[in-house]
Amino acid sequence: MADKIATRESYGNALKELGEKNPNVVVLDADLAAATKTGVFKKAFPDRFFDCGIAECNMVGVAAGLATVGKIPFVSSFAMFAAGRAFEQVRNSVGYPHLNVKIGATHAGITVGEDGASHQCNEDIALMRTIPGMVVMCPSDDIEAKACVAAAAEYEGPVYMRFGRAACPVINDRPDYHFEIGKGTVVREGKDLTIVATGVCVGSALEAAEMLEKDGVSAEVINICTIKPLDEELIIKSAKKTGKVVTAEEHSVIGGLGSAVCDALCASYPVPVKKIGMQDVFGESGSAAALMEKYQLDGKGVYAQIREWL
Amino acid sequence: MNNLELKKTANQVRKGIVTAVHAAKAGHPGGSLSAADIYTYLYFEEMKVDPKNPDDPDRDRFVLSKGHTAPGLYSTLANRGYFPVEDLLTLRKLGSHLQGHPCMQHLPGVDMSSGSLGQGVSAAVGMALGGKIDNKAFRVYTLLGDGEIEEGQVWEAAMFAGAKKLDNLTVIVDNNGLQIDGPVAEVNDPNPIDKKFEAFNFHVINVDAHDFDAIRAAFKEARETKGMPTAIIAHSLKGKGVSFMEGQVGWHGKAPNDEEYEIAMKDLAKIDEELAKEEA
Repeated sequence: MADKIATRESYGNALKELGEKNPNVVVLDADLAAATKTGVFKKAFPDRFFDCGIAECNMVGVAAGLATVGKIPFVSSFAMFAAGRAFEQVRNSVGYPHLNVKIGATHAGITVGEDGASHQCNEDIALMRTIPGMVVMCPSDDIEAKACVAAAAEYEGPVYMRFGRAACPVINDRPDYHFEIGKGTVVREGKDLTIVATGVCVGSALEAAEMLEKDGVSAEVINICTIKPLDEELIIKSAKKTGKVVTAEEHSVIGGLGSAVCDALCASYPVPVKKIGMQDVFGESGSAAALMEKYQLDGKGVYAQIREWL
Repeated sequence: MNNLELKKTANQVRKGIVTAVHAAKAGHPGGSLSAADIYTYLYFEEMKVDPKNPDDPDRDRFVLSKGHTAPGLYSTLANRGYFPVEDLLTLRKLGSHLQGHPCMQHLPGVDMSSGSLGQGVSAAVGMALGGKIDNKAFRVYTLLGDGEIEEGQVWEAAMFAGAKKLDNLTVIVDNNGLQIDGPVAEVNDPNPIDKKFEAFNFHVINVDAHDFDAIRAAFKEARETKGMPTAIIAHSLKGKGVSFMEGQVGWHGKAPNDEEYEIAMKDLAKIDEELAKEEA
């Protein structure tokens, strides 16, 4: 397996590449440029980087204003503040007028680690997917994160991107990799059950699938980077084949990928669904790895939860 | 436009406000009327805008941060030629481009959707920043309520605008002294407003919001101020022009009934007569 890299690093690197290609790209941060990695862009393009200070609500509004005059603003903060604190600004100043603002939210989920529950946003996907017209993406590795940023810049309209703090393995390094907003990918074929995963949990799902194989269970794994609009066709096709669906996400099981998948299946092809994620609880301090283990979101945890359910 | 023409136009704007809110049976007349002279001056004298080309990238921008006073903006836009004045009768009705609060996707000429207080000013700051990035000459104006400035986001935006020295931005506070629950001084006293903006590195001008000489001088001063944004504190009378609405908090967000509408229109007709005498 290739080296591990955090998707927030990928975000910073992708922004720099984007800045070289597109002079309309501007980046805003709220005093977290070193952590969100927008500092990489700042160093390359100091005239197109704006530190808004610790004032996320205003930052989102400033981005909206910049979008109305033709800029492509990427606004960054931790997911807790970008999606949480500034939710209503995102909803009313960006979503309602459907402005071309890209939100790069880092430090999502429990892999924030040691900072603890106050900074571990497990609710951002749920919040963002309720906004009409908002694209919601959660890339699984470095390759996908970069593709996601490039696609967001090409797309006209509001986009929310979720990046992680902790380094994660590269899983999409194959020659036929192709990224498209709204398209999921079957990353492992199987016939007994389907694991639909997003973000760091795609890696966990692949590990779990390997363990299940040893038990004689053939698991199909689908990587869903775009949670909205959801690739319903791909998920339903797989559900028809396997008859059982597990969802895996580093996010609350309320309102996130699991809920989105259930919405799609309920409407067209109901099958039993096991939602793996944060089970309506807050996180806590600890290393990212220790937390993923405790909340059973790593490979072993996903495997154990599936075995228990089957 | 000379002052007399401005006064006559502002009275037309006021009639449109009263007519729209009466037809809608809902809306916010008080703060629309208090700002009618400011709206008129902005759209008929100050701003470089063309109703025939509302998307001109080089136009001046206006963001109605106190979005609930949309009837004031709509009446001004209609009288300026952005859309027919008769459309004001569709305010707040299903299918109308005149939404309860301004929506840029529904109505050409609206530079930013607004209504959730405290948010418009941030967008205006973003527009001004965008102008600076590209060395554009356009100016950005935003109108806030004196109750609205109780929102914390207003001061986040003010801090940023001051820090970034956005001298292409003019913030106007419609200081009519009343908000829904009562006098602003009693609800959550935002005073002194001028000193607050000064402390946030704004050039501040206090002005009588119904004196076109003073308004003219203030906007000129704002245009000539370099290196810092300007805040114009416009001391106004809520409900200005309609006898029974003037200074009455109850007319913040209530529509006149048919009888009240007749009185209001008579009040405004009387102003027209006085202005005609002044002209003669």
